Amino acid sequence: MTEGGSRINMWTWFYKLASPPYAYRTAEALMPWFFAVAAGMIGYGLIDGLVFAPPDYQQGDAFRIIYVHAPSAWLSLFAYSTMAIAGAIALIWRIKVGHAVAAAAAPIGASFTLAALVTGSLWGRPMWGTYWVWDPRLTSELILLFLYFGVISLRQAFEDPVRGDRAAALLGIVGFVNVPIVHFSVYWWNSLHQGGTVMRLGKPEMPGSMLWPLLAMLCGFMCFFGAVLCMRLRGEILGRERQSAWVREAVKA
Amino acid sequence: MMRTNFWQMGGYARFVWPSIGFALCMLLWNVWSARRHYARALLRVRRALAMARSEE
Repeated sequence: MTEGGSRINMWTWFYKLASPPYAYRTAEALMPWFFAVAAGMIGYGLIDGLVFAPPDYQQGDAFRIIYVHAPSAWLSLFAYSTMAIAGAIALIWRIKVGHAVAAAAAPIGASFTLAALVTGSLWGRPMWGTYWVWDPRLTSELILLFLYFGVISLRQAFEDPVRGDRAAALLGIVGFVNVPIVHFSVYWWNSLHQGGTVMRLGKPEMPGSMLWPLLAMLCGFMCFFGAVLCMRLRGEILGRERQSAWVREAVKA
Repeated sequence: MMRTNFWQMGGYARFVWPSIGFALCMLLWNVWSARRHYARALLRVRRALAMARSEE
């Protein structure tokens, strides 16, 4: 296939995804695959990271919290980016599925932001001597959690769901400015929080025996996000399209 | 790693295990919540269908 042909196919697929029945069926087809890969990756990552990876020379076994903290923190940013991009697509091109994706991503992102804050707090106690400090990274991550709560609440605050979707999408897009702040806060300001260990230019600082389980956990959490997003998206589409003939046919079948 | 050492996590057990537990709980909550969300949407559609049929 030529490069131009594959590009046309990619755009055709993208346009097809804007159709609720196609998005519903695609989510249904992808979900089990995402779950299977997520289960395998998270299972391997947890066993290798908790049992076989050597303790850190400074932090001892406390460093193993990284295997749930870093993927949760990464996912909190990824889910927010997904939500903001889907909201922007929905606002610019008036694609209803975009609002459904944004609505589906918000609670998942909020839960992983909470997980990042709680696991980070539990890691901070033995390393910094405190559960919480108003550090730029921690504070911006807390603001991210409030942004998620704001987006979820705003969508439900309107009686007219169309207005609720638009308001939530706008807040999501405006709040996106916080995503690079969370990521770069450890470089821009003096921070107790350590800098990037995996997502950095050049070679990661970790040895392979510690890095592989972490990469597996990151990949597993991403696939898990994909699976849960597909499941929630199906519910969102069903709820929004319940008057459509194709939904009635799908439910009858 | 010896079995007892594994559970003690080099003296950091009270920080490591709750972290792992909380993260796993979040994973389970997400699955439960997404399933519930889908089931509720399905129920609403079925109710709407039943109402439409009864009106006919």
